[in-house]
Amino acid sequence: MQIQVNGEMLQVQDEITLTGLISQLELGDKRIAIELNLEIIPRSEHAETVLKEADRVEIVHAIGGG
Amino acid sequence: MSHQNDPLIIAGQSYNSRLLIGTGKYKDLEETRVAIEASGAEIVTVAVRRTNIGQNPDEPNLLDIITPDKYTILPNTAGCFNAEDAVRTCKLARELMNGHDLVKLEVLGDQKTLYPNVVDTIKAADKLVQDGFKVMVYTSDDPIVAQELESLGCVAIMPLGSMIGSGLGILNPHNINVIMEDAKVPVLVDAGVGTASEAAVAMEMGCDAVLMNSAIAGARNPVLMASAMRKAIEAGREAFLAGRMPRKRYASASSPMDGTIIG
Repeated sequence: MQIQVNGEMLQVQDEITLTGLISQLELGDKRIAIELNLEIIPRSEHAETVLKEADRVEIVHAIGGG
Repeated sequence: MSHQNDPLIIAGQSYNSRLLIGTGKYKDLEETRVAIEASGAEIVTVAVRRTNIGQNPDEPNLLDIITPDKYTILPNTAGCFNAEDAVRTCKLARELMNGHDLVKLEVLGDQKTLYPNVVDTIKAADKLVQDGFKVMVYTSDDPIVAQELESLGCVAIMPLGSMIGSGLGILNPHNINVIMEDAKVPVLVDAGVGTASEAAVAMEMGCDAVLMNSAIAGARNPVLMASAMRKAIEAGREAFLAGRMPRKRYASASSPMDGTIIG
């Protein structure tokens, strides 16, 4: 199925979890935060959060800024 | 009173340093790290951005270098031009920081001036405070807006000295003074300081602290400027506490006039 990650379309397997997505994107050991369809999904809920077609995921991290 | 027993208190937390610095515009993470160290800053701002998917998986992360156990990380909402985006960014930041809820709110008006959009700043501040955030708010030097933001529950009011990244110094010290007169929360000059003397001026006026980024990162030698800023902030604070001598229109001799060999 197709989902949107950070504004780009991405092909993922059906019923992938957020943990699965993070691992597919090789972000497993990164300090990131995730928003799914405009709702924050806490880290503790990544494993049980199952994605569906056309979900919109935002993955962010901290960078330099003033 | 020296600066050692004169802490800056923001949202109940005590800090020794009255210099807050940003982490943007440095050459690399190592220069960022060394400059922050030289500045003595304890509160360090970061931005929240989309993670690049599939690029440089081994790239070091800012928070691996500037670690939350050593510094108070202050995520900002830079780049947000409306209240909704700013609130979303703060929620992402809180998740990123494991629930730490101190944020720097800035809602900008346009690219050319990066002036605060005070209407949306007020809207976002209201939502964030109600959601439990501790909001340090970047705003214009308008005393009425500052009062409004304080009454909404912001923990620090941060008027600009001049436009972000301009290095033009404090263009309207009178307004900053009026804001400080009425504020019961810390007032920080955020943006505009270009060099050490301007940081000292802010502190001599009685500002609680100064937040800067470009003045250090944009210096020819950022690490040396970070050290200069540390001293300027300390000197300015001590001068404020010491209380300057009154200005006089004419000379007043420093050496006694009695007992000279003349006459």
